[in-house]
Amino acid sequence: MARMTARRALSAVPVLIAVTFGVFAVAAASPFDPVKAYAGTAGLTASQENLDQLRANLGVDRPLVTRWWDWLTSAVQGDLGVSSVMRMPVADVIGERAGWSLLLATCAFVIAILLGTALGVLAARRPRGALDRCVSSAAYTLEAAPAFWLGLLAIWVFALTLDILPAGGLTDAGSDTVTFGQVATHLVLPAAVLGISQLPWFFLYVRQGVTDALDEDPVRGARARGLSERTVLLGHALRSGMLPMLTLIGSRVPELITGALLVETVFSWPGIAAATVQAATSVDFSLLAALTVLATAAVLLGNLLSDLLYGLADPRVGFDG
Amino acid sequence: MRARSVRGGVAIVLATALSITAAACSNPGSADEGAASADSAVVGIAYEPDSLSPLLGYGKDGNSKIFDGLLALDEDLKLRPALATALPEIGDNGLTYTYTLRRGVKFSDGEPFGAKDVVFTYRTILDKKTNNPSRTELDAVRSVEAVGDDRVVFTLTYPYAPFAQRTVLPIAPEHIAGGQDVNSGTFTTRPVGTGPYLLTKWSKGEKLSFRANPAYWGGEPKVKRFTMAIIKDDDVRATRLRSGDLDGAILPPNLAEGFKGENGLSTYTAKTYDYRTVTLPTHNEVAGDRAVRRALDIAVDREAMVDAILNGAGKPAYGPVPTDSEWFTKGTERVHDLGAAKKILDEAGWKPGKDGVRTKDGVRAAFPLWYLTGDKLRQEHALAYASDARKAGIDITTEAGTWEVIQPRMKQDAVLAGGGSPADPDFDQYALLKSTLAGDGFNNMAWYDNKTVDEAVEAGRRSGDPAARKTAYDTVQRELAKDPGYTFLTHIDHVYVVGSRFGDLTTQVEPHDHGLASGPWWNVEKWNPEGADT
Repeated sequence: MARMTARRALSAVPVLIAVTFGVFAVAAASPFDPVKAYAGTAGLTASQENLDQLRANLGVDRPLVTRWWDWLTSAVQGDLGVSSVMRMPVADVIGERAGWSLLLATCAFVIAILLGTALGVLAARRPRGALDRCVSSAAYTLEAAPAFWLGLLAIWVFALTLDILPAGGLTDAGSDTVTFGQVATHLVLPAAVLGISQLPWFFLYVRQGVTDALDEDPVRGARARGLSERTVLLGHALRSGMLPMLTLIGSRVPELITGALLVETVFSWPGIAAATVQAATSVDFSLLAALTVLATAAVLLGNLLSDLLYGLADPRVGFDG
Repeated sequence: MRARSVRGGVAIVLATALSITAAACSNPGSADEGAASADSAVVGIAYEPDSLSPLLGYGKDGNSKIFDGLLALDEDLKLRPALATALPEIGDNGLTYTYTLRRGVKFSDGEPFGAKDVVFTYRTILDKKTNNPSRTELDAVRSVEAVGDDRVVFTLTYPYAPFAQRTVLPIAPEHIAGGQDVNSGTFTTRPVGTGPYLLTKWSKGEKLSFRANPAYWGGEPKVKRFTMAIIKDDDVRATRLRSGDLDGAILPPNLAEGFKGENGLSTYTAKTYDYRTVTLPTHNEVAGDRAVRRALDIAVDREAMVDAILNGAGKPAYGPVPTDSEWFTKGTERVHDLGAAKKILDEAGWKPGKDGVRTKDGVRAAFPLWYLTGDKLRQEHALAYASDARKAGIDITTEAGTWEVIQPRMKQDAVLAGGGSPADPDFDQYALLKSTLAGDGFNNMAWYDNKTVDEAVEAGRRSGDPAARKTAYDTVQRELAKDPGYTFLTHIDHVYVVGSRFGDLTTQVEPHDHGLASGPWWNVEKWNPEGADT
């Protein structure tokens, strides 16, 4: 198991390097102009000479490979460069924001997994029952609903109509200090929306997995032996029904990142996702490359995690190595 | 690691995450304190600055809250002294500007402000290594020198009448900004200035928080805490205003409508120089024809655009200068007259074809009009323009694109453009109309080329005599009526909704950019909220 982890870590290196080059290449080929993005509205009145000077100052007139190599070599030495859109070192941008995104994503993930599993098991217990029909159709609807729309809906219901939760931000707009209570109340809506937008996948997988497992011989055997319904359901059916879901956990990570992107925007959450969009549309090479490395690493870790969990949950599945 | 211990580890992680979630779910509703206290104000704006360093262009048009310029603009956009004790002494036929500085002013870190800071600020901005995209605005400056500790002399390369208007730009402290990388140092996000407010926090994409500067030379502001929440989406901004999260916000006219007559909220409509115009490039064989330009100029129904697109919050535009400005030339208004437009085209040889579109010498009266993707207001203007043009027999196809797509086409294709800066007529007109600036970045997008206009805008910027300047800009506007290089459509009002407890507020005449420096909070340091300590 340790060997598998080490081997995966090793193979991640060329993947990450290739991804950064890909980011530079795609960004360079994109029609967006980093100088225009940097200059913002001022660029719309700037003279050509002024813009050309900016291009030289920002170093974006150099060839793609040179820029990438410079970034990579200094990144390896711990210098991630300066973000042109945030006007500060990339390390500071990530340091200030990654924590808030991680908090949001973790809470959302936990909500999705716990709620999804619980509802899935309950629905599988009585397939075609009232609860199953209700939750299943809700799940299909949710799957089609964009997180953005859910966010606006949540704001409308909980912030506007009921006025029990804040509509956005990390803290109250008027408050400067970040306190636990403030962050906690502001986290509820974005975490719930992001979690609920992920929930259908977990619910549907668990429901299907557990329903199938309930029909399998081992479960029938367990029932026949007179074990309690509870033990059969949780100890036998859920255990084998969980297997596909463990793979899902890993593969949902990228979706979680893109979902967070929209949710962070709707709720003005000062996380890393909002910065990613800005970096991409402004062709902020340094920031974009660093963020892509982070996202890629998250996906690789997610896959590793699901493989490890799978191995732990089902002893028949060995660790590859 | 053994499987058992891994299982334990996973359990711990889950338990931790769960406890965070559980904590997050507890005590809802305690969020409403603080924001509503009498001496604080929270406003919602749509844009945020790229940087807070004046050296990189922040606050160049004045009103930066954290900083002061040598001069400042009052409600009527008249210059008044700020860090200078008086308006500049202009000498050497408009080539030297001498400012005497206010004594005893301190930066918010306690260090004194002096002539060296002014010199440092201007020299750094003029330095090519500084990434300031607005440097062109100071093109006229040859040198800036300190004379003693409280006098600064600017020497210009040519007489530039609106130069004093440029000196509203904020002054940065040399002892802080001088010691670091101008383009990425900590000063760009943690600024220190002499202004009425101190920045306490800038959470990018979320908000800017300010605290009143107790040692402000103009007196400590009564609004002790001021927050600008950055909310890009119009609907979300309106929602948060309604939920009481915000004390004020900029809103599009149709959303602001919903707050009319609401208790505790007042609506303010700011007059602006913010225009929408269609460029008619001289290199296009249709749009470049003077007859076509003149026909389009009277074929468009500007009043209808103001009513339908702007909900009445705006007025027809006939040039960059709005009709209610003192610089506007009375009599250059053009009435909507489709019949006259058709007549002009007929006389110029543009004959209607089978499909209703006119042709002349085998050239079809058709050209594309580009607008910025996602900008609903520009899209609606473009569609209305195309539909009006069609009635006169000119076929305009509207196309959406980003500036990257549009810019290379500007020489031949028409663009739905916007702009406007009220501080001086030179700022808009020189860049829009001067033939030597054709195709220079986003200057003179229409490649407009008119000798009389060239001479007039040059005279307008060089003359120090207001009457002579007025004559020059009158010439420009009359010439624009005869040979419109652009079809100016509307000037757009900016609408704000702000809590009534702040009293009767005022707005300045606003530029194209809006919300951050302008809006009713342009003078928040002077606000007198109900219930605040006096």
